[in-house]
Amino acid sequence: MRARTNWEIVCTVDDLVPESGVAVWTEDGPVAVFYLPHRLPALFAVSHTDPFTGKNVLARGITGDLKGQPVVASPLYKQHFNLQTGQCLEDEAVAVKTYPVLLDGNNVRVEIPAANKESVAA
Amino acid sequence: MSKKTLIVIGNGMVGHHFLEQLVTTPAAADFDIKVFGEEKLLAYDRVHLSEYFSGSTHADLAMETADWYAENDIDLHLGEQVTGIDRDKQTITTPTAYYSYDELVLATGSYPFVPPIKGNEHPHCLVYRTLEDLESIRASSEGAKTGVVVGGGLLGLEAANALKSLGLDAHVVEFAPRLMPVQLDTDGGELLKRKIEELGVQVHTEKATTEIIEGADARLRMNFSDETHLETDLIVFSAGIRPQDALARASDLAMGERGGIIINDQCTTSDPHIHAIGECALWSERIFGLVAPGYTMARTLASVLNGDQEAAFTGADMSTKLKLLGVDVGSIGDAHGQTEGARSIRFNDEQAGHYRRMVISEDGKKLLGAILVGDNSHYDTLLQYALNEIKLPQQPETLILPESQGGAPTLGPDALPETASICSCHNVSKGDICGVIDAGCSDLGSVKSETKASTGCGGCAALLKNVVDSELEKRGVEVSKDICEHFPYSRQDLFNIVKVNGIRTFRTLIRDHGKGHGCDICKPAVGSILATCWNEHILATDHVPLQDTNDTFMANMQKNGTYSIVPRIPGGEITPDKLIVLGEVAKEYNLYTKITGGQRVDLFGATLSELPEIWEKLIAAGFETGHAYGKSLRTVKSCVGNTWCRYGVQDSVGMAITLENRYKGLRAPHKVKMAVSGCTRECAEAQSKDFGVIATENGWNLYVCGNGGMRPRHGDLFATDLSDEELIRTIDRVVMFYVRTADRLQRTSVWMENLEGGLDYLKQVVLEDSLGICEELEQHMADLVGTYQCEWKTAVEDPEKRKRFREFVNAPSKKDPVQQWTTERDQRRPLLEGEPA
Ligand SMILES: Cc1cc2nc3c(=O)[nH]c(=O)nc-3n(C[C@H](O)[C@H](O)[C@H](O)COP(=O)(O)OP(=O)(O)OC[C@H]3O[C@@H](n4cnc5c(N)ncnc54)[C@H](O)[C@@H]3O)c2cc1C
Ligand code: HEM
Ligand code: SF4
Ligand code: SF4
Ligand code: FES
Repeated sequence: MRARTNWEIVCTVDDLVPESGVAVWTEDGPVAVFYLPHRLPALFAVSHTDPFTGKNVLARGITGDLKGQPVVASPLYKQHFNLQTGQCLEDEAVAVKTYPVLLDGNNVRVEIPAANKESVAA
Repeated sequence: MSKKTLIVIGNGMVGHHFLEQLVTTPAAADFDIKVFGEEKLLAYDRVHLSEYFSGSTHADLAMETADWYAENDIDLHLGEQVTGIDRDKQTITTPTAYYSYDELVLATGSYPFVPPIKGNEHPHCLVYRTLEDLESIRASSEGAKTGVVVGGGLLGLEAANALKSLGLDAHVVEFAPRLMPVQLDTDGGELLKRKIEELGVQVHTEKATTEIIEGADARLRMNFSDETHLETDLIVFSAGIRPQDALARASDLAMGERGGIIINDQCTTSDPHIHAIGECALWSERIFGLVAPGYTMARTLASVLNGDQEAAFTGADMSTKLKLLGVDVGSIGDAHGQTEGARSIRFNDEQAGHYRRMVISEDGKKLLGAILVGDNSHYDTLLQYALNEIKLPQQPETLILPESQGGAPTLGPDALPETASICSCHNVSKGDICGVIDAGCSDLGSVKSETKASTGCGGCAALLKNVVDSELEKRGVEVSKDICEHFPYSRQDLFNIVKVNGIRTFRTLIRDHGKGHGCDICKPAVGSILATCWNEHILATDHVPLQDTNDTFMANMQKNGTYSIVPRIPGGEITPDKLIVLGEVAKEYNLYTKITGGQRVDLFGATLSELPEIWEKLIAAGFETGHAYGKSLRTVKSCVGNTWCRYGVQDSVGMAITLENRYKGLRAPHKVKMAVSGCTRECAEAQSKDFGVIATENGWNLYVCGNGGMRPRHGDLFATDLSDEELIRTIDRVVMFYVRTADRLQRTSVWMENLEGGLDYLKQVVLEDSLGICEELEQHMADLVGTYQCEWKTAVEDPEKRKRFREFVNAPSKKDPVQQWTTERDQRRPLLEGEPA
């Protein structure tokens, strides 16, 4: 039996770009990891896939805050997504998947849900 | 009680305005309304007729839609000419039917006067009044080289401009000794002639045409009474207008000696049930050939039909402010000084090409009239003095002297009385504006839609803005120019804060002058400001997160997440060797290849990680980044110029390359485009660019603030016959002033339209250095030119920066699986949504 969850190492601190995102490939597909050093927490991970177009681009969007929420703007058509909840600010029915993320020494770990882990492994 | 019938003959500007007024009044309920228009098209804005040649359609020019007529229960008969009036039976006739009326309104306008010259019925002899006329002119211009306008008045010069814009060599033939004899005096007319000739329109004054015959080299030949002649392919007659009064004449209404339907102050003719308004009406022995007086008549008549005993038309101001072929002309009130005892003060700067004349009353207290040529910046102030009889200052000449010679500043909106007329087209006074502001209007847009001010000829736009701004300010209304929720400042404010405080990072700026963490609005805007001020690499650690994705990766993201690559090809000139390199690189990376409208080559479909590799190869072959991703200079388009072209008078390619290399990389509020043409044929379409340069025999003419796109705008002629150095210096100043003062994402065209004082103000700042900042602007530009670096070169050479181009930082060899491809016309392109692979 596998563990219920899997904290996958996706990159190191040196790979991160302050106030911006990088894309990583995980067993759950492409994930965008954002590093906003002036916030607490400073790390966020959401799916890299823009739900409006299906293209893998979200890590390349501009970050910031709107009404206090940390957000990224899709680089394609500029919709904003809350980095904590994944909720799209322009369209209530749309959200991106979010992932728990933490710093483990020099490593950045993203938690990949078990079900996916297993289906990928199978 | 059954309804009465009101019939309006003529669906032109004034007839339409009358209906627009009437339907808002109680009397509208008393009438069944019918309108007859001879033209097939719904009433349109004739004042802006010429815009038809620059792309406006009837729909753009139309005053209203057919739906509006339906909603207001107005029975509209277009393309149905009224052919007779029976006053006894109170009926009108059209070719198809009879209709009865209780009240009849004649709004038949006027028709162009065609002088009785032998041969004037030739099919290439045309007039300039309706959209149909313009269609005929366009058709006639096909295959034509030369066009002549007969008549050097206001409309004639406008027609000449139209011929020029159709690519013809334009001539104006005027019977009088000067242009615009009605509005201008000898000196003014002379200067206008000189300026217009500089623009390539030939003016022939004191010419009487005796006959038009078949030409030898062109379609037609005009013979003049002085034995000279002129050959041309088409002729447009614009020798004045005549009131369209045929119907009235046939039904024996009282007429003026030289035509026109006589009306009293209530706009009623000699028949109490027949009224006349607009250009067909003769009031106090005068015909009014402008739209504003016609509108005033329309409003008067609407009130009269509502039983208003006081309503009266009492004449109208015939002052005009125009831009003819790009030359400012203004004429106010008694321009010729015909009032008894009137005296004149003249200011004539032949060097700058500015002529101003004031006509003042005998006692020196009142301004009676004025003439302006070359510069209309004094028009609004002078008009207000004249219309409101404001007492002139002790030394009235200060009103027309340049400020550097002790000239008075323009009249501020506060100095105007409540009764001051701001918009004469729609009869809006300063009091009316204050009224709607008090009733809740809190910005320019709502004041415009509430009062209609500035929606007629547009001449009052700058003044209206001043009045509205000053009134809002007085009421403590802050017009919010905040860029976003993080900064309570406009882009211009931020620019000054950054510059003055020497701020070099976004972090410092938001900490000291804003709040929160920023967003996709303020970050790129500040990124651009920082780049303009300090010119540091956009991928420096502090600046990376500010950039739009296109700037971050120095390439434009396409719909499938891949990027395009556009190397700079200055002026569109490229060696065969470089062209081969482009081909080889494109082939190696399987890039879709297309020639852009900016005279260079766009390579599509590169993945993030391929970008630095591709650029490395391009840079090695001598290419630089083309900044196709940036809000910065795109390209300087050029024609082939005098090196090869038979017509060229200057080296347009050489100048385009110089300009492109000078301004490349400069970060601006929005993209900037330029072009250089080697002669007036304008093959590079320079007038549609932010900066357009057209070669002349003596140097270069500079046009500024043109635009293509959704709202095309021809550039305004800014300066003429400049040397290379003068040209570059002038562009330096305008560019820098734009970069410093424009709003975020504001193209030069909108920027200029929003500058208080518009083009004239910009000319003062740049050509006369009225703000004393030109040296600083030039220095700033020089610093930027001196610190230019090819961003791609710096990036590929720096391993840290290259790290940003990893598609997945933990899986260098991973290909993005959502990018799927197919082949079309022998090239690779992304698979569309739902398209089978
Ligand atoms: C190129 C151009 C530029 C101009 N620029 C300016 C400017 O800058 N400023 C300014 O103030 N003014 C300008 N004018 C003048 C302005 O357009 C006129 O003053 C205004 O259009 C007059 O309106 P109107 O309704 O009296 O006449 P029109 O607009 O001419 O309307 C009359 C209508 O009646 C129709 N008609 C005539 N006889 C009959 C009939 N028997 N049965 C049915 N229909 C009939 C005609 O076909 C026409 O459509 C310009 C005019 C032109 C042509
Ligand atoms: C909001 C409006 C516009 C948008 C969003 C837009 C977008 C773009 C983009 C993304 C490109 C780059 C293509 C690439 O390399 O990936 C481009 C190129 C170009 N566009 Fe536009 N465009 C706009 C308006 C215009 C207008 C108004 C014109 C012309 C009148 C125009 C003319 C061009 C030309 C000539 C190019 C090629 C430029 C070059 O060689 O670098 N665009 N446009
Ligand atoms: S603009 Fe003049 S010089 Fe340039 S290509 Fe056209 S005709 Fe030749
Ligand atoms: S016109 Fe439209 S589709 Fe064509 S390049 Fe410009 S933005 Fe894209
Ligand atoms: S004066 Fe013509 S629109 Fe105001």
